[in-house]
Amino acid sequence: MPISDAPPIIIADGVIKQFGRFAALRGVNAEFAPGRLYVILGDNGAGKTTLLRTIAGLAQPTRGTISVLGAKEIKTVCSQIGYMAHPSLLYDEMTGLENLRYFAGLYGIHEDAANFTCREAIISVKLDPDLNRPVGQYSQGMRQRMSLARALLNDPTLLLLDEPFSNVDFHSAQEMATLLGQMRDQGRTLLVVTHQPGLLESVADEFVWMNLGKIVDRTSKLRAGTP
Amino acid sequence: MSFLAVMRATLAKDLRLEWRSKDAINAMLFFSLLVVVIFSFAFEPTAEESRKIAGGLVWVAFLFAAIVVLNQTWARELRNHVLDAYRMSPASANSLFLAKAFGNFIFVIVLEALMTPLFIAFYRLGAIGPAWELVPIATLGTWALVVNGTFFAAISLRTRSREVMLPLLLFPISVPALLGMVNATTAVLTGEESARFWITLLVAYDVVFTIACLLLFETILEAE
Repeated sequence: MPISDAPPIIIADGVIKQFGRFAALRGVNAEFAPGRLYVILGDNGAGKTTLLRTIAGLAQPTRGTISVLGAKEIKTVCSQIGYMAHPSLLYDEMTGLENLRYFAGLYGIHEDAANFTCREAIISVKLDPDLNRPVGQYSQGMRQRMSLARALLNDPTLLLLDEPFSNVDFHSAQEMATLLGQMRDQGRTLLVVTHQPGLLESVADEFVWMNLGKIVDRTSKLRAGTP
Repeated sequence: MSFLAVMRATLAKDLRLEWRSKDAINAMLFFSLLVVVIFSFAFEPTAEESRKIAGGLVWVAFLFAAIVVLNQTWARELRNHVLDAYRMSPASANSLFLAKAFGNFIFVIVLEALMTPLFIAFYRLGAIGPAWELVPIATLGTWALVVNGTFFAAISLRTRSREVMLPLLLFPISVPALLGMVNATTAVLTGEESARFWITLLVAYDVVFTIACLLLFETILEAE
């Protein structure tokens, strides 16, 4: 089946997410097709991170439903989802390789294969797997890349990335953007929240604009004047 | 990966993190040492008096020291939101819970092993009853503290003042176990009565609360 005819990989139907009285998502209706790279844009507080966390299954909608990879119970498909959050999701006291080996274990990657898989993931983000330094002593940019390596460990079908380029130097960010494009070309679906959409302009399939907890526009090109 | 393999990997990771930082074990040792020294100077008990008060003293020291390690356990998972990575994985919630509980059990047992000779020296302690019974009392009592402690530390994880919340939640529910530990230890030290009833109480307490914690932990972990 051609990718464009394939059923949506994510379907959000009237998703509302409230934290007390504050509504972070105010009725999100959206479908995301497989094998495409979506860039999610919006001001601070627009609901981008909450949307990503809801798709990842880390936050439950207050109202509405969300279906990911055909499942409404996201825990059942979590092994096919990779998630890179704003915090690193890594233990500062352990080296990058130690961190990844631990998380590989959680995904059921056998110990014999884990070493190879983890080293490959670290190399793919242009870091040295033999770096014998705890993650806490990494620069912010290195930590971001190690966090991306962790998200790639389980070879996910759906990759959710929250601010992957923050604190990464321009050259490394461009390399990461190219890497994300390659992942899309391999058939993965990517949802990338960023304030630097220009980096993804050449590889993105669609730009999704959010404001005040709603998706307000979807465009195939960046609007003029966007940074 | 199997339940046991995830549990083993998480336990090994926690032991490694504690070995590198020594945050919890140092604080626990310092606190217990203070209790031993201060109380021994304050009371100057005879051997006879020591046998009567030591049960309570020892367990109060271990209970308060355990709070330190219990608060530390989940704090590590909150830093950098690592707990989210665990929640996103297909690994079972209970394998995380049991790994944490066993990790805390090891830390507190190590503390007890290090502090017991000091208690014996400072309070001139000697058991008149069967001393071997202190081993199951320590094991069961420690498990009672850490299994509930690990669970309630997870509950208080997202509260603003979790260091205060944990004792508030843990102490009331630990009263039956504390009664069992203190009375069983005193019974063995004084030799005046059998500790069997209190040991049975501890076994029942451990079984009931371990099962309850395992049944409820996934809900706690997934709570926002």
